[in-house]
Amino acid sequence: MTQHFLQVEGLAKRFPGARGKDDLTVFENIHFGIEKGEFACIIGHSGCGKTTILNVLAGLDQASDGVVIMDGKEISGPSLDRGVVFQGHALLPWLSTLKNVEFGVRSRWPGWSAKEVEAHSTRYLEMVGLGQALHKKPSELSGGMKQRVGIARAFAIQPKMLLLDEPFGALDALTRGTIQDELLSIVQATHQTVFMITHDVDEAILLADKILLMSNGPYARIAEIVEVTMPRDRTRSTIHHDPQYYRIRNHLVDFLVNRSADYAGASLEGHDPRHPPVVRPGLGGGGQVAQVVELPRPAHQGDKLSPKPSVSHASL
Amino acid sequence: MSGNRPWLAPLLSLVFLAVFVGLWHLGTRTSVGEVIVDPEYAALIGAAAATGGQSAMPGPGDVVAKLWEHVTDPFYDRGTNDKGIGIQLGHSIARVLIGFGLAALVAVPLGFVIGMSPLVYKALDPFIQILKPISPLAWMPLALYTIKDSNISAIFVIFICSLWPMLINTAFGVASVRRDWLNVARTLEVSRLRTAFQVILPAAAPTIMTGMRISVGIAWLVIVAAEMLVGGTGIGYFVWNEWNNLSIANIISAILFIGLIGMVLDNSLARLGRAVTYKE
Ligand SMILES: Nc1ncnc2c1ncn2[C@@H]1O[C@H](COP(=O)(O)OP(=O)(O)OP(=O)(O)O)[C@@H](O)[C@H]1O
Ligand SMILES: [Mg+2]
Repeated sequence: MTQHFLQVEGLAKRFPGARGKDDLTVFENIHFGIEKGEFACIIGHSGCGKTTILNVLAGLDQASDGVVIMDGKEISGPSLDRGVVFQGHALLPWLSTLKNVEFGVRSRWPGWSAKEVEAHSTRYLEMVGLGQALHKKPSELSGGMKQRVGIARAFAIQPKMLLLDEPFGALDALTRGTIQDELLSIVQATHQTVFMITHDVDEAILLADKILLMSNGPYARIAEIVEVTMPRDRTRSTIHHDPQYYRIRNHLVDFLVNRSADYAGASLEGHDPRHPPVVRPGLGGGGQVAQVVELPRPAHQGDKLSPKPSVSHASL
Repeated sequence: MSGNRPWLAPLLSLVFLAVFVGLWHLGTRTSVGEVIVDPEYAALIGAAAATGGQSAMPGPGDVVAKLWEHVTDPFYDRGTNDKGIGIQLGHSIARVLIGFGLAALVAVPLGFVIGMSPLVYKALDPFIQILKPISPLAWMPLALYTIKDSNISAIFVIFICSLWPMLINTAFGVASVRRDWLNVARTLEVSRLRTAFQVILPAAAPTIMTGMRISVGIAWLVIVAAEMLVGGTGIGYFVWNEWNNLSIANIISAILFIGLIGMVLDNSLARLGRAVTYKE
């Protein structure tokens, strides 16, 4: 049954309501999958439950309903298989840069000697360009450098999957761009599987293979899955030259501005949360905003309706 | 402002000291002056004036002379009621350090448990609320009755008064460790023991050290009173004994030493506190 590397099935989160009130359902019926080596971004308005989903994937939070299966095993708690880059970098301020990375490495390979741990950690810090700042304390680093240490710490334990919660949200545009490039090249080199939350449409298009669009809460759901069909060897400086870029961008912005609220409450006619429609706006030609295709799942193939009349079976 | 003239503050301190000593000098001289102003009164009491002068407030000169005596020969021992001030201070410091050390051994681990477990916190809170405001000296009779040893009773009183600030600060520090840091440890599958020692302890260390500093300050306040009660040895007993001897110069010397040692204790804990402080 499980066909994806990471399989999220029927995830829901409810908070008990105040006395006499109904429970608050942040989201329910969340289904999606991520393949090995795939970079998935999730976009949605503030408060729709993105962080909650990420925390469930990390094993830090528990869902009210549903299961998450990674690599054939159900996720039931935090694990070294999943590296997390926290929004607030979450470095231990009393430890140097190197010791912060070593902290995780030592836990991952308890049998290693101090030398091995140090060499391994240094390598990952050099990878993010911090070879000169090994012995600095976090308070002596800039915001961008701190976030790099957080990324090095997560990469250094060589997790099966990397989870990032708006890792660059607090950075200025220039720094953000540099670190995006770094992350891109590391991910391309290591074929790391990544799940990342972002508010930045351009960031998502640059980095992601597919973008999960989440509708507004409460009762948020995965509204659509946008495949980024541009070639993988994108760079920040050339991506704008690809005509696909603007089609994808328009589609994402259109969703966030005009359509994200339509999914609240019961359900949009024809929308099946178990198989959110997969769209490839980048391939669409002319005036068409998006092409909608069915999620290619053999088990249910052909028996689901797509939300839009303009169905194309280009992918099948 | 004072940045380019670093000598200004110490100079001002010296001026204040000089003014204080000067006033003190004048204040202790006037009693002699009055005698001169009223010769009839002087004639009346005659010799009594001379002996009365001894028990009157000593001037700065007398006190400095006394201080010099103590400093040059702090460790003499001529029987129970006549020991050097160094020996007396040593007894007091030893009691404070033992009582404080024992309290730290109890308060830090217990505070850790309270800080980590809201259940334990709720269960112990009523006891802490009731026990905390009790004057440590109120325990003295009970301690003397049960322990039957004045020295250990004094240590017990120090133990009790040092306990609360450390306990409360440790619990608070542990409970307010940032969730993010704990989550980092969890996602890295760091064992609970390693998390306690390598995340929670360093994170809470500054708060714990603040509690220790408060505790040692209170302990040093309490030891003087406790030793006045139990007698025998210690700077508190020394002060009381000199009051019985009506030796004000000795009492003033002792007061100065008490202040000095208190300052040293406070400074050393402040230094330790700075060593474990981190900048976020
Ligand atoms: N303890 C709680 N009790 C009740 N509601 C909660 C609780 N924690 C979170 N929520 C609600 O869950 C919803 C989702 O929160 P979450 O942090 O996952 O949002 P998000 O999509 O990450 O938002 P942002 O983009 O602003 O980070 C929010 O609407 C929030 O109000
Ligand atoms: Mg969030």
